[in-house]
Amino acid sequence: MGCNCAESALSVDTALLEPYLAEYGGAEGGLISLLQKAQELYGWLPADLLINIARRIGVKPAKIMGVVTFYTQFRTKPAGKHLILLCQGTACHVNGSAGIEEAVREYLGVDEGEMTENGLFTYNNVACLGCCSLSPVMMSGGKTYGGLTKDSAVRILKEIERGEAV
Amino acid sequence: MRVTVGKGSCGIAAGAGEVFERLERDGVKPAVTGCIGMCWLEPIVNVGDKTFVRVDAEAAGEIGKYIRGEENGAERYAIRQEDLDNLNAQVRVALRNCGVIDPENIGEYIAREGYAAAEKCITELTPERVIEEIKASGLGGRGGAGFPTWFKWNAARGSKGDKKYVICNADEGDPGAFMDRAVIEGDPHAVIEGMMIAAYAIGSDEGFVYVRAEYPLAIIRLDIALRQAREKGLLGKNIFGTGFCFDIRIKAGAGAFVCGEETALIASLEGERGMPRLKPPFPAQKGYLKKPSNINNVETYANVPWIIRNGGAAFSAMGTENSKGTKVFALTGKIKNGGLCEVPMGRTIRDVVYGVGGGIKDGKAFKAVQMGGPSGGCIPAELADTMIDYRTLAATGAIMGSGGMVVMDGSTCMVDMARFFLDFTCKESCGKCAHCRVGNRRMLEILERICAGDGREGDIELLSGLAEQIKDGSLCALGQTAPNPVLTTLRYFKNEYEDHITHKKCTARQCKPLLTYSIDGAKCTGCTLCAKKCPSGAIAGEVKKPHRVEREKCVQCGKCAEVCRFGAVEVD
Repeated sequence: MGCNCAESALSVDTALLEPYLAEYGGAEGGLISLLQKAQELYGWLPADLLINIARRIGVKPAKIMGVVTFYTQFRTKPAGKHLILLCQGTACHVNGSAGIEEAVREYLGVDEGEMTENGLFTYNNVACLGCCSLSPVMMSGGKTYGGLTKDSAVRILKEIERGEAV
Repeated sequence: MRVTVGKGSCGIAAGAGEVFERLERDGVKPAVTGCIGMCWLEPIVNVGDKTFVRVDAEAAGEIGKYIRGEENGAERYAIRQEDLDNLNAQVRVALRNCGVIDPENIGEYIAREGYAAAEKCITELTPERVIEEIKASGLGGRGGAGFPTWFKWNAARGSKGDKKYVICNADEGDPGAFMDRAVIEGDPHAVIEGMMIAAYAIGSDEGFVYVRAEYPLAIIRLDIALRQAREKGLLGKNIFGTGFCFDIRIKAGAGAFVCGEETALIASLEGERGMPRLKPPFPAQKGYLKKPSNINNVETYANVPWIIRNGGAAFSAMGTENSKGTKVFALTGKIKNGGLCEVPMGRTIRDVVYGVGGGIKDGKAFKAVQMGGPSGGCIPAELADTMIDYRTLAATGAIMGSGGMVVMDGSTCMVDMARFFLDFTCKESCGKCAHCRVGNRRMLEILERICAGDGREGDIELLSGLAEQIKDGSLCALGQTAPNPVLTTLRYFKNEYEDHITHKKCTARQCKPLLTYSIDGAKCTGCTLCAKKCPSGAIAGEVKKPHRVEREKCVQCGKCAEVCRFGAVEVD
């Protein structure tokens, strides 16, 4: 019995992806770029979207899932509005990143990769952000925060929340 | 007077954006530069040949007055002479323009002899002559292995095929390393020019830069540089009025450490899972889309224009017998002056840690330096006089690697360090080889057990045995080198493993389950803060009287030591 989930209405508006399907869909080696664009548009990669992409570019959904699950950048669960990337590189580890993670997890009340109930935050550990001289470091919205302490990390989260409340 | 603000990723994180805006508001028109490497002094502002460091908005106001010739307090922020001396003691080849030119302005690169080397190669030299020059320089791959660059170029040139590719590996994945990010953010044209020369040498008309997705600013700067080069006719068709055509595209990685391995990188470029494959065929024979491809690292390409302009002999005059030229290092961890530096091969680890780096933070004792990331190892302080040279470093069990140097003091537990790297390798193993996929997982479990206080007699032998099997049984360098952090810590810090296993002690006081907490009655004021914060109710005592830890209830979380304002909690 075939899967019919893609027949019904999709969870996201695929019209937005059309120009990129045209650009990368047939191109040699374009799959990763296409998936990156899709995630940029929708924030995550729902299964029905992936099946739809597979059908459109003529590859098996399993192949797409293989690529999506191989790379850490791709998310198959929705992410919060603010993605917090906690650096767990060597320099950050030596300078106490484990404690920062503890404080962030405690404050947000979720585990790594989970979204907070209000949909504001998801936090992810990342291997290295390459700002080692400022360790420990975290990144959110393209901004890097360095020299973190448990307190300053929580303060930054609170500031983001305040920005949202306004 | 030229005013510049260092706006690399680290400078921006330290507040360079606010400083830049403040200067603009004050009517100064500053230019942007990349990272000069003195990350511990960021944000940095240059006015003519004067350098101001740790500049905040207030300091920027004073600098504005200094520029306008008004009375000012800018001198307080002037760089210290010894920091300047440290910078001048470096030899900057790959970093020659970083922190000096505006990376978003091709004119500034050209003004410093930019693209002169590419023009010379394409209009005057034969491809064979270019490869000869690179051979004379002794340049080795800066991604870590040090493989002779000319050899790769020559092989790609010799491969039959009408279509060939030049690929730049900017998938800088070693945690604790950021040399390539700094080069692309600070001097993207040097990389483009190096790739152009490689393309001419091997006979290619198309190139890719594979950049980590975690480096958004590098991608932006590279994109700007590529567009400007195209506008100037330096990329595209009939470059320098010759029939030579070449262009470059950016491919953003999607987060997989193993894609730094060249065959995995090619698979990823092709849109596949980044799994390494057996070599031969080498990429020079069958690379991207099965066409001959030349892959070099960012720093390798950045050296190339300098070599062509100054001659291979000038490059090989620096360094040691088997390691020529200079190397860029990212100095981080428990170091006083963390940042980026470039020194000639042949200097010692001590020169870098104490000379450039200013020694250990807070005057503590130097314990070890980790070189080469997850493929490398920990070199103990006793070997600080080891020369920076591919062979000498390999003899210690570590490797030169891509240039990450993470410095450690007595508060770093070496067993935990080995566990940290294995945890990384386990997450990043592509899963193709059983030894790497399963063997590393087993090693990690043993290390986790040791750190949790459940180490057993025989664990050390078990780890050593597994390490050798993983080295032999893995296809790519990620698996083959994954046991190195364990092997080097076992070699130089075996006593710490024994302390954990036999005596259930962590002398660095990092492995919490092995620690015991007690309260010094003489120092405790009975403020009750620790008792309130203790999650297991293990602290007893009356207000204003010394408290005590009830061992059987304690979960070793360390909260009491963290919150105590009187230093009364003793950790052992």
